[in-house]
Amino acid sequence: MTTVAVKPATMAQALTRALRDAMAADPTVHVMGEDVGALGGVFRVTDGLAKEFGEDRCTDTPLAEAGILGTAVGMAMYGLRPVVEMQFDAFAYPAFEQLISHVSRMRNRTRGRMPLPITVRVPYGGGIGGVEHHSDSSEAYYMATPGLHVVTPATVADAYGLLRQAIASDDPVVVLEPKRLYWSKDAWNPEHPTDVEPIGRAVVRRPGRSATLVTYGPSLPVCLEAAEAARAEGWDLEVLDLRSLVPFDDETVCAAVRRTGRAVVVHESTGFGGPGGEIAARITERCFHHLEAPVLRVAGFDIPYPPPMLERHHLPGVDRILDAVARLQWEAEG
Amino acid sequence: MTVMEQRGAYRPSPPPAWQPRTDPAPLLPDAEPYRVLGTQAAAKADPDLLRRLYAQLVRGRRYNTQATALTKQGRLAVYPSSTGQEACQVAAALALRERDWLFPSYRDTLAVVARGVDPVEALTLLRGDWHCGYDPHTHRVAPLSTPLATQLPHAVGLAHAARLKGDDVVALALVGDGGTSEGDFHEALNFAAVWQAPVVFLVQNNGFAISVPLAKQTAAPSLAHKAVGYGMPGRLVDGNDAAAVHEVLSDAVQHARAGGGPTLVEAVTYRIDAHTNADDATRYRGDTEVEAWRAHDPIELLEAELTARGLIDEAGKEAVRQDAEEMAASLRARMNRDPELDPMALFDHVYAETTAQLREQRALLRAELDAEQEQHGEREGGAR
Repeated sequence: MTTVAVKPATMAQALTRALRDAMAADPTVHVMGEDVGALGGVFRVTDGLAKEFGEDRCTDTPLAEAGILGTAVGMAMYGLRPVVEMQFDAFAYPAFEQLISHVSRMRNRTRGRMPLPITVRVPYGGGIGGVEHHSDSSEAYYMATPGLHVVTPATVADAYGLLRQAIASDDPVVVLEPKRLYWSKDAWNPEHPTDVEPIGRAVVRRPGRSATLVTYGPSLPVCLEAAEAARAEGWDLEVLDLRSLVPFDDETVCAAVRRTGRAVVVHESTGFGGPGGEIAARITERCFHHLEAPVLRVAGFDIPYPPPMLERHHLPGVDRILDAVARLQWEAEG
Repeated sequence: MTVMEQRGAYRPSPPPAWQPRTDPAPLLPDAEPYRVLGTQAAAKADPDLLRRLYAQLVRGRRYNTQATALTKQGRLAVYPSSTGQEACQVAAALALRERDWLFPSYRDTLAVVARGVDPVEALTLLRGDWHCGYDPHTHRVAPLSTPLATQLPHAVGLAHAARLKGDDVVALALVGDGGTSEGDFHEALNFAAVWQAPVVFLVQNNGFAISVPLAKQTAAPSLAHKAVGYGMPGRLVDGNDAAAVHEVLSDAVQHARAGGGPTLVEAVTYRIDAHTNADDATRYRGDTEVEAWRAHDPIELLEAELTARGLIDEAGKEAVRQDAEEMAASLRARMNRDPELDPMALFDHVYAETTAQLREQRALLRAELDAEQEQHGEREGGAR
């Protein structure tokens, strides 16, 4: 690994760079959404794109999410690669019919003759003090729809890499961007973006031997923090970043859990019907004889996302994660 | 200084942002549906076009009766008949050039076939198969869309993309009266007008959304009037008058092609048959109404015109009927063959590259099929 002296960059900057590089490399890439033009998006991720590539390549659309995604379908049918921005997680819901009935199925319906290479960017998750409809973790809805890829970066390098891969993919990809990590910084060189693992692969962010925290997106930094704190308790926690919820990397997840024998799945999304149930089931089905304890979940409560003044009680934090780790039947270790 | 004193100096003026936008008058539809057949305008209609429309109408009617018969024989899972609406279907297909695109809904199989798609392939979804049968790129026909009005934004996006690329392409999207209540109808028309996309929307107002009459669907003066709110022209046409529908659609297509933007066309017609073979129309409408529309039949209207102008004789009509019978016989024969179904193919096109999860599930199904095959083999062996 070469060491390059680089300035810290934010995840939002890396996403902008990914859009810019993709648009420069491929004239069929079109960015569209609400306020993506002159304003540069409410999170400024599309900053400067309309100026550099013109309004036909970075288009402020009417305020209608079904219309945005529906017209993107038609554009993709004609050979373009639309990158759609949904302004906030909960604002993407009007587009669900297009997403579920057409975006996810057109390849199948046409036996591969009409693939839809559409990228749907969705800022998601809480922790930014947003009022209602601005903090949802909507990943389970997307995961339950065959035909979609669902990815979520947790690092600056992955934000760039996964978005470039999503745009290059011939399948529709939902890119869930953790809002509260938009301003997180990392040493990253935009001139030489490092290669990242492909969509579909999970990555161990912190090796450890005691137990595996399986997580993704906004919960990764929380899990890394919990792993540091756990050292004081004598636990050496491994932290696994899924990166890609669909396709799901059973291989890497199972290899990790077989090493440690214990797993906790951590996410902000609701526990009931959330991704954690699927992940815990997959681990149990495949690694049962390696498990020293049931797979536990630390998730958001099964309540509508709470208001800013109360959200800290809802979000999985270090203490709740460590409490779960403590319940992993260590008695057997003697 | 008090607030009231400050207000004393206030000089009102009109709000600075407001200025008149589009003049609505030229966008308004006519008071009556436009007609050609049986009017003076008919004399100007191109005889060749009228003969082509006639041949296609007769074929279309025969296709509808044959497909409905196939549902009764269990060869089609469902068929939404367009009997009575053939003029809209045929005129839509004939108003387009080869490089244009058609976006049909589930009741528009006739338009799809009239555009050149194989009559059997066009029925693939309705047969109960998992894919649309035809390659959309071959004849530039999108798959039949089942969720109402969802194909309209696709037409807008495709037309917009073509215009961005500098290609001379117009998209024609079909929708019914019920579909105009859907949000996607509104969003598609709004995007089309804002982008000035070369797209034409044809609403086939056949009076019913399954059982619900238009009066319960909208309070608009006409569906064509809805165009005005989006800033595009609305046109009202007799949907059973093939010459009129063709003329109005051709004008709208030409307008879009010339950079004039989208048009909304409402064709007033009637669904003579029930919604599908599974529906019972006697529960929600009377015979009198149906008979009144039968007396304004699209084929009879055109045939009367052709006969009156001496553009067709008995031999000509017989040739058209013969052609339709041959099409129906071929459709019947081909649909009566059992389709080749491979359950393993269900996994092939979900993603560009089959995921590990789907590979596992495919292997499971493979094992089940092999076990079935083996059991079948044992039973055969035992019988011997």
